[in-house]
Amino acid sequence: MTPGSPTEPVRRRRSTARHAAVLVGGAVFVMWAVATLTFFAIRLIPGDPAQAILGGPGSQASQEALDLVREEYGLDQPLVVQYLAMLGRLLTGDLGSSYALRVPVADLLAAQVGGTLLLAVLSLALAWMLALGLALWSTGRGRIAAAVGEGVELTAAALPHFWLAGVLIAVFSSGLGWLPPVATGTPAGLVLPVVTLAVPLAGFLAQVMRESLLDALEQPFVVSARARGESTAGVRLRHTIRHAALPGISLSGWALGWLLSGAVVVETIFAMPGLGRTLLQAVTLRDIPVVVGVVLFVALVYVVMTVVTDLVARVADPRLRQEGAR
Amino acid sequence: MTARADAAAAAPLLDVEGLRVAFDGREVVHGLSLRIMPGECVAIVGESGSGKSVTARSLLGLAGPGSTTTAERLEVLGRDLARAGEREWRGVRGRSIGLILQDALVSLDPLRPIGREIDDALRIHERMPPAERRTRVVDLLDRVGMPDPAAAAGRRSGELSGGLRQRALIAAALALDPPLLIADEPTTALDVTVQARILALLGEIRSRGTGILLISHDLAVVGGLADRILVMRGGRLVEEGPAEQVLRTPRHAYTRALIAAVPTDRARGERLSVSSAPVTGDGGSDDAVRTGDRPAPPARTAVGERPVLRLDGVTKTFPVPGGRLAAVDDVSLDVRRGETLGLVGESGSGKTTVARLALALTAPDAGEVLLDGRPWSSLPERERRPMRRRIGAVYQDALSSFDPRWSVRGILDDALGTVLPRAGRRERDRRVTQLLDQVGLAAPVGARRPLTLSGGQRQRVAIARALAAAPDVLICDEPVSALDVTIQAQILDLLEDLQRRDGLALLFISHDLGVVRHMSDRVAVMRSGRIVETGSSDDVFGSPQHPYTAQLVADAPRLAA
Repeated sequence: MTPGSPTEPVRRRRSTARHAAVLVGGAVFVMWAVATLTFFAIRLIPGDPAQAILGGPGSQASQEALDLVREEYGLDQPLVVQYLAMLGRLLTGDLGSSYALRVPVADLLAAQVGGTLLLAVLSLALAWMLALGLALWSTGRGRIAAAVGEGVELTAAALPHFWLAGVLIAVFSSGLGWLPPVATGTPAGLVLPVVTLAVPLAGFLAQVMRESLLDALEQPFVVSARARGESTAGVRLRHTIRHAALPGISLSGWALGWLLSGAVVVETIFAMPGLGRTLLQAVTLRDIPVVVGVVLFVALVYVVMTVVTDLVARVADPRLRQEGAR
Repeated sequence: MTARADAAAAAPLLDVEGLRVAFDGREVVHGLSLRIMPGECVAIVGESGSGKSVTARSLLGLAGPGSTTTAERLEVLGRDLARAGEREWRGVRGRSIGLILQDALVSLDPLRPIGREIDDALRIHERMPPAERRTRVVDLLDRVGMPDPAAAAGRRSGELSGGLRQRALIAAALALDPPLLIADEPTTALDVTVQARILALLGEIRSRGTGILLISHDLAVVGGLADRILVMRGGRLVEEGPAEQVLRTPRHAYTRALIAAVPTDRARGERLSVSSAPVTGDGGSDDAVRTGDRPAPPARTAVGERPVLRLDGVTKTFPVPGGRLAAVDDVSLDVRRGETLGLVGESGSGKTTVARLALALTAPDAGEVLLDGRPWSSLPERERRPMRRRIGAVYQDALSSFDPRWSVRGILDDALGTVLPRAGRRERDRRVTQLLDQVGLAAPVGARRPLTLSGGQRQRVAIARALAAAPDVLICDEPVSALDVTIQAQILDLLEDLQRRDGLALLFISHDLGVVRHMSDRVAVMRSGRIVETGSSDDVFGSPQHPYTAQLVADAPRLAA
């Protein structure tokens, strides 16, 4: 009720701590829910897991072999026991072993995760640069620039990955021959996959950023700043760019998760090793532990990024901290 | 400061002749002339849309996108700026002229500490080492009366109260000691005591030789500070002269209307709006508001014996870290038929919580609200709902209480739904037309949407909606605080007429003493959740018993007597 009272900073620190506790609690709940849903959903897939372990549906394994495998993997136990066993394993960080490749899922993920994360993070960074550039360029510059900006954003946001990848390969690899059509493990090989993932995301981010940029440009503080002698460029740099970045920060958590799902398509098209391709192969082979592992990992990235972006947004926007205090 | 004032005494700080501002070819300021000497305060008074703010901004080259400014002469400190480019203007802004905007959360960048905002002018115009700039920022905050200036420099606008934000805005404008300050509605939206302090601060700055151009819609606010007053209407000056002459012997009918609209020190029941003159001034859409042909106000309905609405020892607390804050603390009030009870207090005093308690939108922690002597707050909502039509509400921000896609008729028809659930199309249409007529809106307004209406028209629609259910009690929470004085006068007269005709009981909540005094039979003064004084309007304001009331009365701006 009385802003500026001496208890204010204490209250705010406490509210931030409580906010963090709520976020972490929520994150743990989401991970548990994802693990549980995935576990039971997999049981709904027709077919015998033991069969899959022994080389898939066509392997004609003997009854003894099947029984042996069932016992070894605990598949003869009641479902609840299996579920609790899985939760216990997950709590100790054990994701199990791949049926098809006979290696621990954790090792498999560790081998693949780097490439995919690099792809996603580079794409996110490129998308941010493109979006902020487009938003800053197309605002406060008259109707034509605004219309061009809007058109570019809308088109970019609507581009499907597979189509964009095809066009890029046709132009830059087959046509001009500047870049390799498949990932070669070199920086040049990363260019086309990163651009494919970044462009639609940039279109989407730019739409949101331009909206809040326009909003900020109309606020009285812009007049105040210019009345102090600030140039238009200075107003953008010191004032409105932050306001434009805020929704971008909040969306980045979601965006990274979205990029990981986009990676499934892009890694397949560009024949890149990575989580996306691993997931696709695991689903095809009914390699259940790998599927669970990848799903859990992606969920974890979503959750962590959401928590991180939320906390970053609270640092960047003091108003959020105050709302929490009320 | 003084040395500079002496040296420049003969030359005007600002010399403007034939200023014209147009937006996309449509001219809104038609040839305005203006001159400000050092140490002089010139006020431009007019209602929204009169072009006063555009004029102020065009003097900084900031009239806005799509605008063209021309002038026969535009000189600041003897420097010709009539054809100045952006680069030249940037050298003037902040250094020669400081701008103080109306306080709002966003008049300062909500994401930056106020110290950085104040520092801007120093950083842009002066080659000063950062440490020196920091000292200067703290000095400036100290000069404008900011408590604990060193710590305040690190706060953001959202962490400060309205009065402190306004001080920060003034500090930012003063950063380089510009010889001329332009203050655009510097005290609108502030509580009276805070307003009085801000005006005193501006007076102090003027006495040091700074010229001030003060923009306001309220003659009472500028009266105490201005040396000369310019009255502006429709982009033209209609009257100009020394402050005393304009206030005492106004020559133009419009100036007289502005003066008549000030409710301070005006007896209860006295008309504020000038009904016979062609001046209705409702944001330029004069034709839609028919104040001209309204009949004389009906005779007053006798004040009833028993209270219609009664708050009995009501307390409401909200959780805050380390306990609970009593927003309303043991408050007892009653309102009788045909009577207005004024509830006055500053922001945060708990006035709005009282309104919510009276409307049974929130339940009291202790005490009871009674409607017509029967339980009201203690009823379950289901039993309360059929009785809700007996109590109506009008808020400050009418626009946000409307569905923007509905027409005015749709809004009123919807409000009728609870009262006339079985009425036919024709009957309801007739009622809607009748409601529009009651609040002085012409029938065609019914087809418009809230966004296309002026502030005064919106408030009329809000009142019509509250009247749709033919309530016994009307709760008005700051109903005129967002309106210009002339529109405010019309709305106050309207509420007065409605009460006379229907014998409405009014609970009139406002931070504006002048308005409350003019409207109320009895008054309750609220502070920090408690009623500190209550009594007849004349007693409370004529001879206040509580020191807080005395302070409020002393700080209320009034036309120079």
